[in-house]
Amino acid sequence: MNIHVSPQPTDTADDGIAPGGVLMEVRNVSLSFGGVKAITDISFDVRKGEIRAIIGPNGAGKTSMLNVINGFYTPQQGTIVFRGRERRAMKPHHAVRQGIARTFQNVALFKGMSTLDNIMAGRSVLMRRKLFWQMLWHGPALAEEIAHRRVVEEIIDFLEIQHIRRVPVGKLPYGLQKRVELGRALAMEPSLLLLDEPMAGMNLEEKEDMSRFILDVNRQRGTTIALIEHDMGVVMDLSDRVVVLDYGKKIADGPPDEVKSNQQVIDAYLGVAH
Amino acid sequence: MEFLNSILVKPFSDMFAAPDFLIQVLWEGLVAGVLYALIALGFVLIYKSSRIFNFAQGIMVVFAALTLVGLHEKGVPALLAVPMTLGVMFLLAVAIERVVLRPLVNQPDIILFMATIGITLFLVGFGELIFGGENKVMITEQLHIPTGSFEFEPFGGFVSIEQKDVTAVIGAVLLVGGLILFLNRSKMGRAIRALGDDHQAALSVGISLSTIWVLVWFIAGVIALATGIVWGARAGVSFALEVIAFKALPVLMLGGLESVLGAIVGGIAIGVLEKLFEIYWGQPLLGGNTETWFAFVFALIVLLFRPQGLFGERIIERV
Amino acid sequence: MLYRTAGQFKTSYYADHALFPVRQDAMLLGFILLLAFVVFPMTADEFVFKALLVPVLIYALAALGLNILTGFAGQLSLGTGAFMGVGAYACYKLVSIFPEMNIVVAIALSGFFSAAVGVAFGLPSLRIKGFYLAIATLAAQFFLVWLFEKWAWLYNYNSSGAIQVPNIDMFGVTVAGPNASAVVQYYFVLCVVSLITLLSINITRGRIGRIWKSVRDMDIAAELVGINLMKAKLSAFAVSSYIVGIAGALFVFLWRGAAEPVLFDIPLSFRVLFIAIIGGLGSILGNYLGAILIVALPVVISALPSALGLPVSSATVEHLNTMIIGALIIAFLIIEPHGLARFWAIIREKLIMWPFPH
Repeated sequence: MNIHVSPQPTDTADDGIAPGGVLMEVRNVSLSFGGVKAITDISFDVRKGEIRAIIGPNGAGKTSMLNVINGFYTPQQGTIVFRGRERRAMKPHHAVRQGIARTFQNVALFKGMSTLDNIMAGRSVLMRRKLFWQMLWHGPALAEEIAHRRVVEEIIDFLEIQHIRRVPVGKLPYGLQKRVELGRALAMEPSLLLLDEPMAGMNLEEKEDMSRFILDVNRQRGTTIALIEHDMGVVMDLSDRVVVLDYGKKIADGPPDEVKSNQQVIDAYLGVAH
Repeated sequence: MEFLNSILVKPFSDMFAAPDFLIQVLWEGLVAGVLYALIALGFVLIYKSSRIFNFAQGIMVVFAALTLVGLHEKGVPALLAVPMTLGVMFLLAVAIERVVLRPLVNQPDIILFMATIGITLFLVGFGELIFGGENKVMITEQLHIPTGSFEFEPFGGFVSIEQKDVTAVIGAVLLVGGLILFLNRSKMGRAIRALGDDHQAALSVGISLSTIWVLVWFIAGVIALATGIVWGARAGVSFALEVIAFKALPVLMLGGLESVLGAIVGGIAIGVLEKLFEIYWGQPLLGGNTETWFAFVFALIVLLFRPQGLFGERIIERV
Repeated sequence: MLYRTAGQFKTSYYADHALFPVRQDAMLLGFILLLAFVVFPMTADEFVFKALLVPVLIYALAALGLNILTGFAGQLSLGTGAFMGVGAYACYKLVSIFPEMNIVVAIALSGFFSAAVGVAFGLPSLRIKGFYLAIATLAAQFFLVWLFEKWAWLYNYNSSGAIQVPNIDMFGVTVAGPNASAVVQYYFVLCVVSLITLLSINITRGRIGRIWKSVRDMDIAAELVGINLMKAKLSAFAVSSYIVGIAGALFVFLWRGAAEPVLFDIPLSFRVLFIAIIGGLGSILGNYLGAILIVALPVVISALPSALGLPVSSATVEHLNTMIIGALIIAFLIIEPHGLARFWAIIREKLIMWPFPH
């Protein structure tokens, strides 16, 4: 598979970070809703080119962590450093422009639109033609539309969803919806891809397909991936490093093997009294 | 300077110069506010129990009043016409549940909202077809509602309070009190509130959806009749009353779609404020008739600062 | 067999992005345009122009404007009538201040005024959602109509408080005012409406249309794929109000000939909303189907009793009309919530299959 980068220069293109260098760093982030603490003083980093897993029992603050990283929530304390730039508050659409894309635990697709339109919507940020050209349609707007259509068709081929190109996604089974959502995230050409439980509710075969897609995206496009997943087998196979959260606190961080044998992690999962 | 004076100083100095007139204005606003609150309340009940934004609530007020007067015109004694009108409102509730709500259950909110606009139009056309489109006089005296007025002379001035307005306020307080008791104390009332919190859960513990919907729409019909009698006594009965039905909407914006307390407080606040604004700012400075829009603009401005309304719960967005 | 699509293959993305990928659709449209541009003008009389053809086109345009906001971008508005009023009054002022201005220019410019007012009242949509926003648009409705009444400058201080369209010539032909002929006005409206419809189709099928639909389907997700919600919503308000404003200017200048503030009150807003709903939210074709139904219905209802020899008063006809439209809305929502446009889509599917059942 060879997805070429869009002709327009975006600031996601080359960031001057060598593979293995720190792409994103979470520094002492705390987040609470009213009086309820969701995340307490968490720090970790994501290196360029790796697959980083965030795991933990239900309610550990994993999704909240992703929401902080892509700007949907603003933490009360701490900052996010992405590609050398430090920030605390930002709008989600700015995060996308900087090269952070994500998928969601409960599929967040545009249900009334077709698969093709959903993935094309992922390219909205990369498209430039304004209202005037859109009204005329023939000319620059159409040329742009077709250039992006080519890229999107390659993603559709890659994810093996050609047959559902024109189907409204609301009518698709769950497993395929997850795939379309991954396609939409890929269409944004992110340098950091956040996946929130990409395999929740899938059968074994679908999980294998999804694992293959994730690995291909990582290896062939060099996209850095941070994912949340409950299936420990998948996490241990896919990821390079794992960070473990429990009750909003970080309790372990390291390669899969190391984390697997960490006593605190075992306690958290087996539910030892705190 | 002249301008600032006329909007910031003069209205207030006018208020203090003639406190008796101010009291009169406040009272008028309060009575209007109580009626807005009543309409909003019928609305909140339906929204709480079924998530339906019932645009027809205002038209039900007119329809109920028109039925009452129409029956009396056809020779039915006033005191018999009231229970008969209630019967009509019950039939209406059953019909709405059968014909409109049942086939549309589980449709998106906006579809149900549009359906209530359809109900509104149907009732307008139906009501006018049967009772005629011209303005009618409410049968105030036949219903034994006192029509005199109390007169006071505070601060050496003069205030006149109509007895039917006093009756209206007392009636509204009793109605609201009864309703709150019903919602909190009776089995049916608790079922209605449960339905509002979680449809699926309520169904799974054996609450019958259609019974509750008929009941809720009937209660809304009763409230509509009460409102219709009172408002009709003040302004006559015709589909021009529709305008007050629209007033319930900013009340809902202000109070929150689901809050009984919000409907009451919001209604009274809007009734009083729009009256004050009209008398002290609207008429001298803007050419009057500001009551058509003041409530909406005021609610809109409040909402910009509190998107969930005064009594709504803060929304935490999730993905 | 008429609608056989088999054998029509697309060999390039250009061909796939054509306006009508299916040949028969293009032929059908050609036929309708032939009717509209040639057959109707040759056969219709004054009454048909004034009571059917012109109002259908103008209402369809207004509904198209509303549909962009509500059907495509998902922002419910109950203030369409007032925005039509802004377009009409802006056009009236432009024509009175610059009597030499070409009427087409005046109408095109008046749309910008309603777009500006639309954006101003669209600002709350950034904080307020759903039904709360719908009620907020009523603030625009009531405030603007009040303004039309109280701001005497708008109607040139005349004593009636109404605006009267003067005779306006374009290239030596009277197009608006008491002396204009019905055919000329029909052609004028038809050209404007066709052009705006074409531009709207182009906007809604490209990037901007996708952005609007994303916001409609799930605004949070739209924001998280990088869509700027503020720009998306405000652009929908602007484009929608522009079209609605143009429809308002046509409404007064090319059809009614005069207008009072009360003309733009709530009933007008609702009539346009019904057209959009019955036609189908999120559809362009639907606006025309809805407008035909809503405009033709009262004409049919009033013509029917006299045709059957029944004595029915005009007031009764009006009441019946209101009642039937209410019932129709409910019936449509139950049978097909996506409106007449979806009906056509289903019929078309059947035609493609016909005469085989599967």
